[in-house]
Parts: sequence; C-alpha cells; structure tokens
Amino acid sequence: MINEGKKRIWKDYQKEIADDRYFYVRSCIRQNFFPASEKAFLRIMQEELKKDVFENAAHTTCSGIGYHSDVVPFDTTMTVIARQFSLMTESGNENLVTSCITSFGLYNEVLETWKHFPDVLKKVRGYLKTATGREFEIPKNVAHASDVIFRFRKEISAIGVNRLVHHETGRPLKVVEHIGCHYSKMFPSKGVGGAEYPYVLVGMVEEWGGEVIDYPERRHCCGFGFRQYLVRANRGYSLANSKKKFESMKPYKPDFILTNCPGCPMFLDRWQYTLSEMEGVTYGENGRGIPVLTYEELAGLILGYDPWDLGLQVHQVPVEPLLDKMGIQYDTSRKFLGKDGQDLGRPDAPSVLKFF
Amino acid sequence: MDRLYDMLSADVRFKEGLKACLHCGTCTAICPAAEFYNYQPRKIVEILQTKNEEEIEALLKGDMIWYCGECMSCVTRCPRGNAPGLLITVLRGLSQDLGYFTESEKGRQQLAIKRTVGEWILEYGYCMFPSEVRPEAHPEQGPVWKWEVEHIEEVMERLGANYAKTGPGILRKVPDEDLQELKKIFDVTGGTRRFEKIEACSRQKAEEMGMELTDSLDSEYVHHIYTTNDPKHTAAE
Repeated sequence: MINEGKKRIWKDYQKEIADDRYFYVRSCIRQNFFPASEKAFLRIMQEELKKDVFENAAHTTCSGIGYHSDVVPFDTTMTVIARQFSLMTESGNENLVTSCITSFGLYNEVLETWKHFPDVLKKVRGYLKTATGREFEIPKNVAHASDVIFRFRKEISAIGVNRLVHHETGRPLKVVEHIGCHYSKMFPSKGVGGAEYPYVLVGMVEEWGGEVIDYPERRHCCGFGFRQYLVRANRGYSLANSKKKFESMKPYKPDFILTNCPGCPMFLDRWQYTLSEMEGVTYGENGRGIPVLTYEELAGLILGYDPWDLGLQVHQVPVEPLLDKMGIQYDTSRKFLGKDGQDLGRPDAPSVLKFF
Repeated sequence: MDRLYDMLSADVRFKEGLKACLHCGTCTAICPAAEFYNYQPRKIVEILQTKNEEEIEALLKGDMIWYCGECMSCVTRCPRGNAPGLLITVLRGLSQDLGYFTESEKGRQQLAIKRTVGEWILEYGYCMFPSEVRPEAHPEQGPVWKWEVEHIEEVMERLGANYAKTGPGILRKVPDEDLQELKKIFDVTGGTRRFEKIEACSRQKAEEMGMELTDSLDSEYVHHIYTTNDPKHTAAE
C-alpha cells in the first residue's frame, strides 16, 4: 500500500492520550527483565517533561499472565483491576498509564466488558467491596506508556542530543518495530494507528530520524503465548514463532528491533541467544545478533542518557553495535559494575553469539 | 446436568466471542499456534456452532483447546467479529471447573502454572520474581540472566530498582496488607476455588497414573507434566 493510504488509515485510529497527571502501574515482566526502562520512563516524564506521575506502593500485578494462562478466572482479574482503579481514585487521579501491554489489553477488555454488560460492573463493585471495603471510579483516560512517549516524541526530539542516523554517513538507521499483540489486536481503536498500521513506534522512529522496515512477518506474534512459554514442554512454540520473525526480517538488515511490550524484547533478545546455541545461527552482522530495544531505552539514548544507566548491560544480545553507529560514547570497563563501582565479575560468553 | 453449551453461553466472553462463523479460515491463516501445532482455531468455532454436546465435551477433555497462545491475532482479522482466542479462555475455564483438564496432556500442565505463576501472584504480588526464574530451569535466559541472578541485589540496585524493600519502586516488596487484599479478592471471586480444583483434580490424576505428587514442585507428577511433550501435537497430519 502506498504511504498516503497508510497515513489515511492510521488517522482513523488516533486516540486521546492524557497530557499530564498520570497514575502509573508497573509491569511484572518489565521489572524482572528490563527494570531500568521503567526508571527511564519516570526520569523522562518527571525530569525532562516536568509531568506529574504518581505511583502507589500498594498496587500489585493485574494478574494478567495468570489470567491468560487460565489459572486465574476472569472475575478475579476484573476485581484485581478494580482494586488498581481504587488506588488511582484514592490518590485523586483519573488518567491511568500502564507499563505492561498485557495489562493495557486487559484494562481495555475489562472496561469494554463493563460498558456492554453493566451487570458485570455491578458484580465486580460488589466483589471488591466485600473483599476489601474499597470503591472506585472508572479512569477517564487509559494509555500505555508507549502512547505517552509517542505523544511527547517531538518534545523529546527537541531536547535530544542523538539521532537515529549513522553518525559517520548520515544514513537513517533501519528499524524493525514490533508491537505487542495485546496493544491493539483486540481493540484496534485503543491503539495509536490501530492494529494493521500501528503508528505508536513508527512515529517515534520517524521523528527521531530512523527508517522503518516493512517486512513480511511484521505483525506476527513474538511467540510468548503465555502457557506456551511458561511450561517447558511447550517452549518450542515460543521459540519457533520468534524464529519465523528473525528469518523474515534478516534480509532487510535491520540495525535494531524496537518494541513496546515488556515480554517481546525479552523473547526477541533471549531467543536469538537460544537459536545461536541450538542451531549456530545469528541474525545480525559479523556473528552478532540484532540488538533489541525498549522504547524507553531508545528515548533515553536520544536524550543522551548513559547506556548502562538505561540497563543495556542486561541484554543478552549486545547493543554496542547500535551505539557505535549512533556515535554514542560508552565505557566498556563500567558495563558490569555495581552502583558504586563494585566489581561484580561478568557474564560468561555464549558459545556462538559474539558477546564481548 | 446443565448442557455444556449453556454453561459456556453464561459467560459474557462467550457472547462477545461467538457471532456467526463463515469458515473462511482467516483466523487459522494468521494463528501462531496453527503454525506450530496441529491446530485450527476455525475448528473450535465450527464445533461450538454445532452445539453438539459430545463434541464440546471432547474439546473440554482434549489437547486442542490448550494449543492457543491467546495472542488474539485472530480477533483483528475475523471478518465477522468472532474471537476464537476469547472462546478459548471460556473453554479452558470450564474445562478446569468441571475437572476435565486432567484428561489431556496439555490440560494437565495447568497444575505447573498454578504452582508457579498462580502462587507467585499471591506470594509476591507479581506474576514472577527474579529469585523464582532460576537459571538452571531457564537455560534460554542465557549467561547474562545467570550473572544477574548471582548478583541480584547489586544488579537491581544499579538498574534503579527498590528490590525487595519497602516503599514504592521497581520490584519493591508489596506490603503484607495489600497481599492480604489480593488473597481476599481470590477468595471472594473464585480464584482460590479454581486453585483448589486444579490441585484436587491433579492429585486424583496423579494417583490414577501411579505418580508421586506432594506439595513440592519437585514431585514426580509435576516434573512429568512440565516436560512431557508427545510428538503427536506437532507431527504432520
């Protein structure tokens, strides 16, 4: 499809994204595997953009991974989510921003269910009151954290010090953007650009100087599949679906992969390592992998944050080739040090994937 | 006994997910599970549309409903507004409520998920916690994760987490009073009942299969369901 057509379609899917005073709910997977991304999000919002972002230590998982692996019933998940709304209401906020895509999809599913089935909302209010004595208001605005960064992409660009271009040649860097399935596949109108041509990451890449790759399996799932990863016997499902994507994107020689879901970057990063160990294959240049970034990490790099403050040292696929292309300085000797410079040793080298 | 179809229909997700399928197969063409398993989401919808009790019972007792990854890619593409992935969530719920899940290899895996993610939700307030993602059980996580786990407090501090400590922040300790609220929600809404049902049915099945099942994850039965993978699931038909 020609670009004009794509632009016309995504214009039908422009959502309202609150511009300040957010109640932030964290992601289980993000906190475990790329915790510094959440740190970067708050730093960007609070220190750079001077926005109010509230957090409450009392919030918990939305139970989404349990729900989508079917050990947690829908009524339970709806009531856990109602409790998050109660914490938001209690803090005087009405704009919810989620770090997790599974949560974002579930919040939308629950809100749509309540809209179409008011009796279910009444039932959940009763459950929450009985269990905790709590009451809640429905959020005025629900956004994913990538929506918020998308909304402020121009402001970030304006104060940024790095661009998505090769610092020696000026070539725009080629980016695979991967959208988490639950961002907009269930409710296209809830995502910037809908489900076929989601614009949330494309908008960031274009604004920051890069070029998006359109490849055959662009919309294919990373392969998480909840129970398909959680149970060892099923993990071939997860690995095979990621492999399908790598094989499809490789001929386009992406400089990196950009993701907006907490799970996807972990799988796209770890499965490259696993495939290199199992089959001896690598998908990047010179025996390396294709670096995988979160949108918070990318925004942080644009703003000139230290790569190790952004947590790039905990990627299994090294990100240094991308930093070199962008002309970003980094101190290799500090990569695996602790907060106060303590020596923590360093990870073993993989047997195939070039790491050091 | 109530008809299975009526029990499924009582769930609002079933009403939302099943309109009128025209068997175009688009859901199957786009499905990551169909890429990997001998699986067609189209077939699920076809069976449900027949309202045939025997076939629905076979679905609830079989492996097929457990192949889906709930990515919901099918929802976007269905030209008639069906949601096979959503129907799967209802089928899996009923399969567990009726104790049918232990009749299939893939269904039996629910005990392993309940004893990990399910229990972590109530113990930590998170669906997972670094100390539980053990490198020896997750070789795919690679040497960097192994290094992280070996130095978890220092690494998490370097990355800006408030690891296992009080107050807000990344991987903070969720306060006990909030974990208690979570537990009460599970008690009131059927979450605890489902956990108990999974345990009770699994114990019965373990006995039938002559396998040891204690409260430990190291039990023979848990190990069996966590690792067994019959080639029939993916073999060419």
